[in-house]
Amino acid sequence: MSEHRALNRRVVTLPFMLLGVLFLIALYYLGVRFVNGMGFVTNLNGGYAWGLWVVYDIVIGTALACGGYALAVVVYVANKGKYHPLMRPALLASLLGYGLGGLGAFIDMGRYWQFYNILLPWHMNFNAVMLEVGLCVAAYILVLLIEFAPVALEKFGNTNLRQKLNKVLFFFIALGVLLPTMHQSSLGSMLIAMGHKVHPLWQTLYLQPLLAVLTAFTMGFAVVVFEASLSSVGFGRPSETPLLSGLGKAIVGLIAVYLLFRFGEVVVQGKLGLLFAGDLGSLMFLLESALFIYPMVVLMSPGARSNSRLLLWSAVSMLFAGSLYRLNAFLLTYNPGPGYSYFPSVPEIMVTLGLVALEVMVFLYVVKRFPVLHGEKRA
Amino acid sequence: MAENDFDFSGLEKRLGVSRRTFLKFCTGVAASLGLSSNAAMAMAKAVADPKRRPPVIWLHGQECTGPTEALLRCEQPTLEHLLLDLISLDYHQTLDTGAGHQVEEIKKRSMQENKGKYLLVIEGAIPVKDNGIYCKIAGETMLHLTHEAAEHAAAIVAYGSCASWGGVQAAAPNPTGAKGAPQVLEGKTVVTIPGCPPNPANFIGTVLYFVTYGKLPPIDELGRPKWAYGRLIHENCYRRPHFDAGRFATEFGDKGHREGWCLYKMGCKGPETYNNCPSLEFNNLGGGVWPVGVGHPCFGCSEGGVGFNKPMFALADVKTHTPPNMFPPIEDRQQSSGVTAGAAALVGVAVGAALGASAMVTKKLGEQEKQQD
Repeated sequence: MSEHRALNRRVVTLPFMLLGVLFLIALYYLGVRFVNGMGFVTNLNGGYAWGLWVVYDIVIGTALACGGYALAVVVYVANKGKYHPLMRPALLASLLGYGLGGLGAFIDMGRYWQFYNILLPWHMNFNAVMLEVGLCVAAYILVLLIEFAPVALEKFGNTNLRQKLNKVLFFFIALGVLLPTMHQSSLGSMLIAMGHKVHPLWQTLYLQPLLAVLTAFTMGFAVVVFEASLSSVGFGRPSETPLLSGLGKAIVGLIAVYLLFRFGEVVVQGKLGLLFAGDLGSLMFLLESALFIYPMVVLMSPGARSNSRLLLWSAVSMLFAGSLYRLNAFLLTYNPGPGYSYFPSVPEIMVTLGLVALEVMVFLYVVKRFPVLHGEKRA
Repeated sequence: MAENDFDFSGLEKRLGVSRRTFLKFCTGVAASLGLSSNAAMAMAKAVADPKRRPPVIWLHGQECTGPTEALLRCEQPTLEHLLLDLISLDYHQTLDTGAGHQVEEIKKRSMQENKGKYLLVIEGAIPVKDNGIYCKIAGETMLHLTHEAAEHAAAIVAYGSCASWGGVQAAAPNPTGAKGAPQVLEGKTVVTIPGCPPNPANFIGTVLYFVTYGKLPPIDELGRPKWAYGRLIHENCYRRPHFDAGRFATEFGDKGHREGWCLYKMGCKGPETYNNCPSLEFNNLGGGVWPVGVGHPCFGCSEGGVGFNKPMFALADVKTHTPPNMFPPIEDRQQSSGVTAGAAALVGVAVGAALGASAMVTKKLGEQEKQQD
């Protein structure tokens, strides 16, 4: 039998109902959006065609959903089997994050009824980075579903199909490593296409894909730490700290490489002066860098790595750092020209919050009803 | 041979253009065909090397000589020179200096000498009713001449709508039974370059491809080169955004027409006509010189069953998806309503909740650790 077990607890709890309320509010605004159009609910305008929905739900949301990707690289590529217990919850979070990313893209699409055209080969523009992201994310959602399928099959006791699936699963695991590398780097390439509208501190024509994939990868590790800490407290489960501290080490290395390229680019391109300009761009850059540097410095010492609280705060700092990096580049310091301004409207924020609430609700339900969390007792 | 070593001086003299202009032209043609810059160089060499000039037999049937006229009036750097330099035009009823039995003799001799090597270009429709007696050249029917010339041709190109599918001659009631070359020459591969008149760039690109690679470019089931006729006019039309947004001109000179809106409701056949007019335009003048560009609906001149068949103001049968009947209004917003108190508070609450939850979890993690100690 599997070492994974369902939690078998009550699903409808008070927090669950509160999340449900948030989701219902989002549903209401989504109804308005589909009946009356985008203009009724969002603050998008001619200069800011991408607002909170794209930047949070897709760009940041899929990066936050990189836990499955980062762990897959560690477990299957680097062959560190001891991290396998963390795999299933990470995969679930990835599946939900990407699923809602896809949903977010659909919601944000002005002419959503033309959505299917991206799948028709004769309508494809193979030079478009958008096509790469769209198809790759869609393919990855399918791959995640297949990777997660053994959990459902285990629950419903279909061992025959499970054995068959296990024989070909290696192929999908390989895809599950390849696809995020492709589209997470392409999400960075989108900034290249935006040219001068992107603040010089965030615009680089050469490193955009690398920076995007590095931060997504690091956020993947951070989100595994975050999620494991939360479920250990929330469900009163044994602490996973010994395992997580190993991931902390990986985070340090990745952030170091990232900062080397990030600052190296700024120095080589002669943009160091912008750092001290004292405007929004420079302040945001400094704040963002501080959020990156904090986890790196803290997690450098083995003592801090085995401290569950410092580990969690480092992960949170890393998550904010990666999110802020994307938010800065795509929205906060983004300048589409004179006369344009954007701040998300209340309905926009409520829809995003509602979708996140839905994600958490589904996560809680699946964890309580399906064998996702590792059952073994560890001290 | 390195590319830079190649000697273009002979060509410069013959064509009267600089090497630079010539290479630019070849690159342009290669790019419209969707080929790489290597292909441009290969084309340039093929043109510069006179040994490889294929002999061409050019037949005229029922037509107005529009395709040839369009070719001759081309503004591209000496395009007609290039074409005449690229091929050995052994027989062409409009351009031949000689006349009568003399040119017919030359044609027969050329076809005999170059058996299986010459390029056959057909311009104009071929009447088949009453054994084709409605179009005769030098006492022979066009029907017979076509079959005769096609017999040993290396490749056959039908140039213009008449040769491609019958054109205006084949329009109802079609008294002479006019047909296009592919219908007459069943079983043979005929490349069609439809259009009334056809874009000379589509012809020259196809011929350059043939001369360079010795084979025909990829074609669709109607024989049209895919590089030129692979997309609907509608797909690359610069009025397309108006179509999608539901902004239509409804009569000549109305507000929509003056503002350059979509001409679909005036009977534009762009949504069912395959051609590259929106990207190449016409006569190399630039500035939107092609029917839709100057405010006239496309009438589907290059599409069999549309041009000369459908009434001018009949609605096109949209091959891509149709837009809904109702559109939400499009606001030209510059500013959003700015930061509202509610929105700012919500963002604060969301970020605060994330941090607060982390703090709570930290506290509990600490308690857990104490218990374990």
